[in-house]
Amino acid sequence: MTSEHQSWGRFPRVSRQAAHPVVWQTESLPVSSGPLLPHGLGRSYGDSCLNEGGTLLTTPTLDRLLGFDVATGVVRCEAGVSLDTLLRLVVPRGWFLPVTPGTRFVTVGGAIANDVHGKNHHRAGTFGRYVRRFELLRSDGSRRVCSPEEHRDWYEATIGGLGLTGLILWADVQLRPIHNPFVLTETVPLENLDAFFEVSRESEPDHEFTVAWLDGLARGRRLGRGLYYRGNFAPPQLEGLPLRKSHLNRASGLAVPFDLPGFSLNRLSVAAFNWLYYRVNLLKRGARLQHYDPFFYPLDAVQRWNRIYGRRGFFQFQCVVPHATARDALRELLERSAREVPSFLNVLKTFGSVSSPGWLSFPRPGVTLALDFANRGARTLRLIAELDRVTREAGGAVYPAKDAGMSAENFAAYFPQLERFKPYVDPAFSSSFWRRMTSASAVATSPLALGQGTGEGVGVPAAVPL
Amino acid sequence: MKKVLVLGATSAIAQATVRLLAARGAALYLVGRNAANLDVVAKDAATRGASKVEQQALDLDDFSAHEALVERAAQALGGLDGALIAHGVLGEQKACERSWTETEKVLRTNFLSAASLLTALANRFEAQKAGTLVVISSVAGDRGRQSNYVYGASKGALNVFLQGLRNRLARSGVAVVTVKPGFVDTPMTAHVPKNKLFASPEQVARGILRAADGRKNEVYVPARWALIMFIIRSIPEGIFKKMKL
Repeated sequence: MTSEHQSWGRFPRVSRQAAHPVVWQTESLPVSSGPLLPHGLGRSYGDSCLNEGGTLLTTPTLDRLLGFDVATGVVRCEAGVSLDTLLRLVVPRGWFLPVTPGTRFVTVGGAIANDVHGKNHHRAGTFGRYVRRFELLRSDGSRRVCSPEEHRDWYEATIGGLGLTGLILWADVQLRPIHNPFVLTETVPLENLDAFFEVSRESEPDHEFTVAWLDGLARGRRLGRGLYYRGNFAPPQLEGLPLRKSHLNRASGLAVPFDLPGFSLNRLSVAAFNWLYYRVNLLKRGARLQHYDPFFYPLDAVQRWNRIYGRRGFFQFQCVVPHATARDALRELLERSAREVPSFLNVLKTFGSVSSPGWLSFPRPGVTLALDFANRGARTLRLIAELDRVTREAGGAVYPAKDAGMSAENFAAYFPQLERFKPYVDPAFSSSFWRRMTSASAVATSPLALGQGTGEGVGVPAAVPL
Repeated sequence: MKKVLVLGATSAIAQATVRLLAARGAALYLVGRNAANLDVVAKDAATRGASKVEQQALDLDDFSAHEALVERAAQALGGLDGALIAHGVLGEQKACERSWTETEKVLRTNFLSAASLLTALANRFEAQKAGTLVVISSVAGDRGRQSNYVYGASKGALNVFLQGLRNRLARSGVAVVTVKPGFVDTPMTAHVPKNKLFASPEQVARGILRAADGRKNEVYVPARWALIMFIIRSIPEGIFKKMKL
């Protein structure tokens, strides 16, 4: 029951970690010698969903739908309900998630705790904005219904609060109406980074969903070469559209059956993938109608796709940099990543100015870049540290849900409301990430130094040949 | 099954089955011990599309309440054409060996209370000459083993009771379905280390509805347990009694 729960990036690995399934809202929290941490479907990439030496309160067993008002589009469900379950319930009745990340396999509790964002951030802001109320259970047994009107401080601390303020039991989420399950999408080729800014400016006023994929190996004049996707939910007149099989929800049987060997993702194969992806999708340029599923959740079609990175796992790095410094910072981030270790998937998108109620919410106005790197040990950690530094100097921030390498000092700089947040952390709760970010030990502030016997439950060392 | 009485509705297997029934638009009468937990299960069923959900918190070890319960459920749903008996306890073998009180508890909940409920249900279904009785038993009832023979005996007795009932009700067109799950990953088995033989409650729930729809007699879910239990039943007693199972 210990090491079954890893993060999506499968790094760092944890060994001493217990799991306690939460089945009923009426239960009290278990008494445990180590700290507690809620854990949903484990789609966080780094160590924010891990609790080395402690106990995970696993919530996929807390998964009841408690009510759905088809007239107002408010759904109430327990925290372990997945977005996948919600979509199956609400889409046939003309509603959709107000904000969705790139996978359906996250829980509502996780979406709140990480205040997730989607391709519509420039319009809609984060998931947390649509959470009307939720109930929080603390380790002292107290239960609070939190909303902008009741226990507002707890409401704001818990949205984006990384699961540290207590266990969310249920939540009310405001959905958005749709006419049908289709999205009108358009693919626009981007020659370079400048083109991204231009196409973004021109697309955002008329398109609810925007995101760009970049070729991680394009350099020089071609740096930032990629494809820009923009779309809107289809209008009502398409309702009588004949359904083709490809339009229906794909119950994909495709899965990565085992860890691919490390060498299968080398510079050559990543280059080949990027080239092929660019060419194939270039053919699809122009407007077309697409079912929401492949549009929002392309990677969900391949179960356990994280195994392509092999046993040693991979790092995600996602940062946001303010508009003022974005051009230079992105250029440097992309150049460094292209030079050092090729990133498999590079995603670029602008964040709008719609603010979140959450104190530790990651999205803020600017441009966000997501990169991923196969774990090659110290070399990759060094690169992450560099990217972290560039982000800090540009006045940006790194996303905790995708982090396994930022420094504690930078974390405090990225989240200026950190001190305000700290008193709201449940004394019995913690995570591997939280200890890494708040440990007094100076050693822990540098990811390169991890593993030099800082003791207490740091899972990094075993996996990093230094 | 369109109008179904579910006994032990807060058990993991029953909950998963209730979800499938709700998605079909069935009307449900849910019974469980804990009122608050039963309430969220009822809300879940209603949200997932059940045409009607009624609930009653009740300890099924109180046999005297059974007749009235069945009557009330039938009234609430405007008739009954299905019942799922899903309540049960695993008990603790070692504690049962030390104490008759513990042993009796397991036999009361798993066998006696089911037999009492089935008596009320069978008479109603026989009179209306229609309906499906689905009872969750266990592979543990197929052969007594030192590691859980008290639980096994409660399920074995249940199996024989159901055989007889099936024989009696065949003429009336009432189906009696004995479901024998193997290991299931539920809170009942939370303390047991999991292996490849464990099935999910959802998997078992699909098997239960398939068996109910097909008006089967006895089914193993997942089906591989039919083979496993065939082998275990085939071991001669002289050898079996020396084995550690």
